[in-house]
Amino acid sequence: MYKTLTAVADSSGILTATIDLPDRSMNVFTPELIADLDAIVRQLKDDAALRGLVITSGKASFIAGADIKDLVTAYERGITPRQAFDWSQSLSQLLRRVETVGKPVAAAINGLALGGGLELALACHYRVLADDPKAVLGLPEVKIGLLPGAGGTQRVPRLIGIAAAARFLTDGSSLPPAEALKIGLVHELAPAAEAVARARAWIATGPEPVAPWDRKGFRIPGGAGLMNPAIGQAFSVGTALVTKLTQRNYPAPAEILSALYEGTTVPFDTALRVESKHFARLLTGPVARNLMRTMFVCKGELDKLSRRPAGVPRGSPPRLGVLGAGMMGAGIAHVAARAGLEVVLLDTTAEQAARGRAHAQKELAREVERGRRTTESAAAVLGRIEATADYERLARCDLVIEAVFEDRAVKAEVTRRAAAVLPKTAVIASNTSTLPITGLSAAAPSAARFIGLHFFSPVEKMPLVEVIVTKKTGDETLARGLDLVALLKKTPIVVNDSRGFYTSRVFGAYCQEGQAMLAEGIDPALIENAARVAGMPVGPLAVTDEVSLELQYRVALQTRTDLGDRYVAPVSLPVLKHFVEDLKRLGRKSGGGFYDYPAGAPKRLWPGLAAEYPRAAVQPSLAAVRERLLHIQALEAARCFEAGVVTTPAEADVGSILAIGFPAWTGGTLSYIDTIGVARFVADCARLARAHGERFRAPAALRARAKDGTAYHTPRAPGAAA
Amino acid sequence: MADAYIYDHVRSPRGRGKPDGALHEVPPVELASQVLAALRERSALDTRVVDDVILGCVTPVGDQGSGIGRIAALNAGYDENVAGYQLNRFCASGLEAVNSAAAQIIAGQSDVAVGGGVESMSRVPMASDGGAWYGDPAVARRTYFVPQGIGADLIATLEGFSRADVDAYALESQRRAATAIAEGRFARSLAPIRDVIGETLLERDELPRPGTTLADLGALKPAFQQAGEEGGFASVAMLRYPHVEAIRYVHTAGNSSGIVDGAAAVLLGSKAAGRRLGRAPRARIRAFASIGSEPTIMLTGPALATQKALKRARMSVSDIDLFEVNEAFAAVVMRFMRDTGASHDRVNVNGGAIALGHPLGATGAVILGTVLDELERRGLATALVTLCVGGGMGTATIIERV
Repeated sequence: MYKTLTAVADSSGILTATIDLPDRSMNVFTPELIADLDAIVRQLKDDAALRGLVITSGKASFIAGADIKDLVTAYERGITPRQAFDWSQSLSQLLRRVETVGKPVAAAINGLALGGGLELALACHYRVLADDPKAVLGLPEVKIGLLPGAGGTQRVPRLIGIAAAARFLTDGSSLPPAEALKIGLVHELAPAAEAVARARAWIATGPEPVAPWDRKGFRIPGGAGLMNPAIGQAFSVGTALVTKLTQRNYPAPAEILSALYEGTTVPFDTALRVESKHFARLLTGPVARNLMRTMFVCKGELDKLSRRPAGVPRGSPPRLGVLGAGMMGAGIAHVAARAGLEVVLLDTTAEQAARGRAHAQKELAREVERGRRTTESAAAVLGRIEATADYERLARCDLVIEAVFEDRAVKAEVTRRAAAVLPKTAVIASNTSTLPITGLSAAAPSAARFIGLHFFSPVEKMPLVEVIVTKKTGDETLARGLDLVALLKKTPIVVNDSRGFYTSRVFGAYCQEGQAMLAEGIDPALIENAARVAGMPVGPLAVTDEVSLELQYRVALQTRTDLGDRYVAPVSLPVLKHFVEDLKRLGRKSGGGFYDYPAGAPKRLWPGLAAEYPRAAVQPSLAAVRERLLHIQALEAARCFEAGVVTTPAEADVGSILAIGFPAWTGGTLSYIDTIGVARFVADCARLARAHGERFRAPAALRARAKDGTAYHTPRAPGAAA
Repeated sequence: MADAYIYDHVRSPRGRGKPDGALHEVPPVELASQVLAALRERSALDTRVVDDVILGCVTPVGDQGSGIGRIAALNAGYDENVAGYQLNRFCASGLEAVNSAAAQIIAGQSDVAVGGGVESMSRVPMASDGGAWYGDPAVARRTYFVPQGIGADLIATLEGFSRADVDAYALESQRRAATAIAEGRFARSLAPIRDVIGETLLERDELPRPGTTLADLGALKPAFQQAGEEGGFASVAMLRYPHVEAIRYVHTAGNSSGIVDGAAAVLLGSKAAGRRLGRAPRARIRAFASIGSEPTIMLTGPALATQKALKRARMSVSDIDLFEVNEAFAAVVMRFMRDTGASHDRVNVNGGAIALGHPLGATGAVILGTVLDELERRGLATALVTLCVGGGMGTATIIERV
């Protein structure tokens, strides 16, 4: 009679419900599971022979939460706040019925319990958690722009206090079993195999089936309400910290704090309704949709190599060659060795190659020091990197990544030398960030087996690889490139070859707009702050210092040489020229650029900026600067999309967030345009073009979209395969 | 309309607002009552003529709850027909109480009223009354709440006041207060506070540190850096002041107002009431005003309130002989002087709350009395009293000797 669980009563009348969704590797809340839970509560209530219920899971984990693919469609369906409230209340009220069934209910949490899974456990009267490091508890809803809408924001503070609950809920991270026991989220730890027995044993003691908050005289640990100064302080600082962490771009942490504040001063059933109202505000807003769609659905598809050509069989992990043991080459070799690949790291001299290998050694030693890795494991990883200056050592490599200096002649030279010894079937990749791949492929024996693999710095941390294909790149080459990216546990986007590819163009537009504003006399602190307020990790001037003004200037000059008459100088070129040629302020590594870097003190804007670019008498608003910095990037992405450089909105979005830190709340560059509304975005651009120049003119295809009202993303049908 | 006149005023000494402060054992109702009793005795006041007792109190809970204006009047033995209430305009409450008493008289609806205030900060700490302003996340967010000290540091940052500048201001406050005390300038208005067996607990202000040096002040740690940086409030301020690269944290316990216990009362009445009281008025209330200002920086209201009050009185800054600007933080007064052009030799001539302390609900009435005494001592005519106010406000009152 149950579809998602089995229910077995023992001789003493204790019913055990084992949740085990068919055809799923993990239990998630589906309409069927909700119906089954509803039915089993009724069975428990109605059958006088039953004296209690144990809820557990038939999978390795307990319940992993809600199904994001269902939630992500809510916004597109135009769900109203009232419908979202009702939706939240349906699960919330079901869990409340579990809690108030009048017979003891215990959760035997045999493995990980997240989101709605933990909320179900919290609605049980007793919780036994498997003493297994994998059995973590968490309410990660904040990460998808939501809050736990089935009692999580109300039961947690009533168990562990408001301040601890605020941290747990706004952070969204998971707790290991020992910690969960210590703070009081569970009652008992037990070996996973004994969890159900312990839960039954508790029921056998005939406990009173009443939640603490349903007992008379219940007080929230640590107090509640603003007459308690500690609570006022917690909410005050909590609100400021949320601003610090989110710049108020992410509504979920703020709604969580409000749910805690408003819910902890009212009776429990009212509190559950308050929670559902705050949930409704989030589910009906665009940020939750953006986060779910881009960071989970789209990124998940790309991680599963949705762009991999069908029909190319998966091979065994390649033996990897890396040409150039500089920062990028050393990073790639390190990451590959950690993923279990054999790597030949080559440079012009054995010493330089060894220096690249030493980078991995240093990183591994630090992990050993911090107890995160054993000495043996570190030695094994390092043992997989062979540092050499001898091209012959590449002879058995299946895939080689060229990561030398951004100079065509140098790249061609090493490519030729490597190709001379490589097997005919080997794939050659270039890690260039700007030079068109088609041109570089000329040095390779086969353009079909040539590809761009654009890693970002630092390789260890940056989660994206921009995979660049030319018109001649073969399917098998692309498949092997993508397979490597997956082996390295990074997310690939596939773009078509052109100058700057996709991510570098969007990044360049960002830096140039910041520099242009400086030249206009906009206060540089305002430019930098507005960028951070928009959600960018680093201001355009600071990040230009990091990559160096000189590099950006050189790229501009190279582009001018390459394009000749077709070259359109960026509006900020005079700024770069002045800094590089006249002021000799080249960037951070050269001692300073837009910023000064005093020893032992935080960097600060170079005081000389005011004399070079006198402040305009009238300064724009924060909102105006923020708009320019985000719009110009989204526009560049739209141009890349129109030109066929990037071919799916999903890749444009995921790439912009993971590679250059375009703010996740937007869902990415094209999602940003959709979120604003294409027509409004195009109107914004027309206004900005009048004020600031033609670079803000929307491309034709985007204007056409505005006319038809066609967004970049097509709404997904509810429950459709993602 | 009638005019409102000041007939007398009295205040308690200010005791350090800590459990080892001299006035800590005195409940705030008693503290206010002793001041009200002193006002009655000094003026030989028949309290049956008093229409209302209005006391400012910023944290009106616990000891200070349940309408302390009425309860203190009863406890002081005022006639039972004297009404009383408590008001809260944060740090200007004591001045607002005077203004409210004056307003009743000017409107012809009271003949005699007492305005004043009380705050026992040692017994009822700041923020004991809670409040949605900072404690309700939605409200704190909409109002861009940051603690006042960060607002003060923001003023210093915007105005370019260095740590040395604000410390120099604080040192001068200490020096002026020490001179005023040594010369007995406060003596005529101080009512000693006694304990339950009638012994004197405190007869002079407890807080001043006359020997303070710049080196002493320079050794103190910034008080609001942690809240700004680790507590996230600098990020909130940045949303309102996005052209500030970094807040300079210059305010310390040494250049901010001191936490103290204290009470004050001012006797006001109409001209006609003065004849019945058998007393000559000492000063006339020329004008008063309260105004809202940008709430995140919070502390820029005094200059705005001053301009508003001056306009009502058809006066200009040059018509004012002495200013009392509450020394909530050094930068507040420094910014006031810059905004209004009032020179330091006319502002806070006997020091201020940095040296003497700021008993929140009482301070407005305290400094009004102090400046009236000083006008008389110097033979001058006009004074303006103003305070910065929580939530982003300012209150100002102009008096003129008669």
